[in-house]
Amino acid sequence: MTTVFDFSLLAYSPPGWGKVLLVGFLRSIELAAGGYLLGILIGIAGASGKLYGNKVVRDLLEIYTMVIRAVPELVLMLLFYYVGTDLLSRASSAMGFGGVNIDGLTAGILVIGLVQGGYATEVFRGAILAIPRGQIEAAHAFGMPPGKVLRRVTLPAMTPHALPGMANLWMIATKDTALLAVIDFSELTLVTRQAAGATQYYIMFFLAAGVLYLALTLVSNFALRRFERHARRGLVPAR
Amino acid sequence: MPVSDPHPIASLVRPSRTRTLNKLSGLLEPHRLILLALFIAGVLAAIQLMEWSWLPGYLPKLWEGLQMTLIMLVSSVVVGFLFALPLGLAQVNGIWPLRWLATGFCTVIRGTPLLLQLWLFYFGLGALFGQFPEIRDSWAWDYLRQAWPYGFIALTVSFAAYQGEIMRGAFAGVPHGELEAAEAFGMSRRKVFCRVWFPRALHRALPTLTGEIILQLKSTPLVATITVMDLYAVITQVRQTTYLTYEPLLFLVAVYLCLSGILIVGLRWVENRVPY
Repeated sequence: MTTVFDFSLLAYSPPGWGKVLLVGFLRSIELAAGGYLLGILIGIAGASGKLYGNKVVRDLLEIYTMVIRAVPELVLMLLFYYVGTDLLSRASSAMGFGGVNIDGLTAGILVIGLVQGGYATEVFRGAILAIPRGQIEAAHAFGMPPGKVLRRVTLPAMTPHALPGMANLWMIATKDTALLAVIDFSELTLVTRQAAGATQYYIMFFLAAGVLYLALTLVSNFALRRFERHARRGLVPAR
Repeated sequence: MPVSDPHPIASLVRPSRTRTLNKLSGLLEPHRLILLALFIAGVLAAIQLMEWSWLPGYLPKLWEGLQMTLIMLVSSVVVGFLFALPLGLAQVNGIWPLRWLATGFCTVIRGTPLLLQLWLFYFGLGALFGQFPEIRDSWAWDYLRQAWPYGFIALTVSFAAYQGEIMRGAFAGVPHGELEAAEAFGMSRRKVFCRVWFPRALHRALPTLTGEIILQLKSTPLVATITVMDLYAVITQVRQTTYLTYEPLLFLVAVYLCLSGILIVGLRWVENRVPY
């Protein structure tokens, strides 16, 4: 019988790989959080464009969300990664800064954010449509400029409607960071594979990484539920 | 179409046909025509300016890759769905150890990345199996030393977990009155399940099935990371041998767009044909 588990390898200090895994885990969280926030910004802009923009903007955004939803994340990430870094380095050399090297974290956040943005656009669009029309019209009638209407009325009023979808997107973001392992970002999945390959304890290391991912999912699930209950206070429960 | 058509179906067909016509005429709005012209110009420019000489030589391989992708998709969806039914039912109606197991399974699978599960199966279990002479000498080793069974298992398990969660909601969402009415007719528990509960739950779960299948299609390229030669793997090979960055990727995006489009249209057609 061969051994599958040797828990001393998970120790924090160097003969164990614990520190490497935890650093990778933190990097995964950073990537997910950054990408998620960028996705929210893109989503708000995209939803406003889809609802209030002119025909051309609306059609272009429709194409954006359609492509994001129809093409595998892995392919999109590769494409955004190469196109994005290529364009940025070209732009910077054209502006005379010389070739810049985009560090992995920024590129990863950009890539995840662009994918998240496509889904977030749809979530926010639905949430804004769920706001009673009168509330936004009343804000306009008070003479608020569009930016202020968005900040003071639309965004706060749509939050409870957007939360279930956005909670789902956060789960997707945490799991999508694993895909960056394929393009050699040293996040949790990739460092786990390196640790497993070096020690040949594949099952143990992958299970350990799974526990970390699961812990993140369960904790954030709990927190998001609490936040949702807080945001929905005072609303008539659906159905 | 004659107006006095006595067949009731006619009134159902006509709106959809006019809807398609409306959609087509929507394409002819001026700004869309300009966008379309720009798109066609872009495609033509891409064909002219980019390097496509690799494409004809790789077509047979790409075709095989496409078949592999579709086989992975269809087999994992069918088998995964068969597992999803008991998973959903156990979460709603099972005795507590079963319910606990099914809920735990769905939570764990849905809470961890598919790539990690795939690598756990392939690198972990694959290496483990190889260490037992009993397995190495058995007939199963012919399959277990290849990559695709692990890809199939990981994709199936993932689909079963996600769909199981949906089936849980579908089973729980069937109105209680319908089940009570069936019982009041004197149906046995089994008959209530076969005639009312199960068909109603399936019907409720159908609209989400299209989305789940598209998501599954989007998960299939992950099997390329464990050396299964699907479409994505072939394109990776092209990129490595030709040193081209954009052309193979753009081609891949176009193929996946077409696949998703065909799937959406096809599944919607099937969905519309389901009665009531």
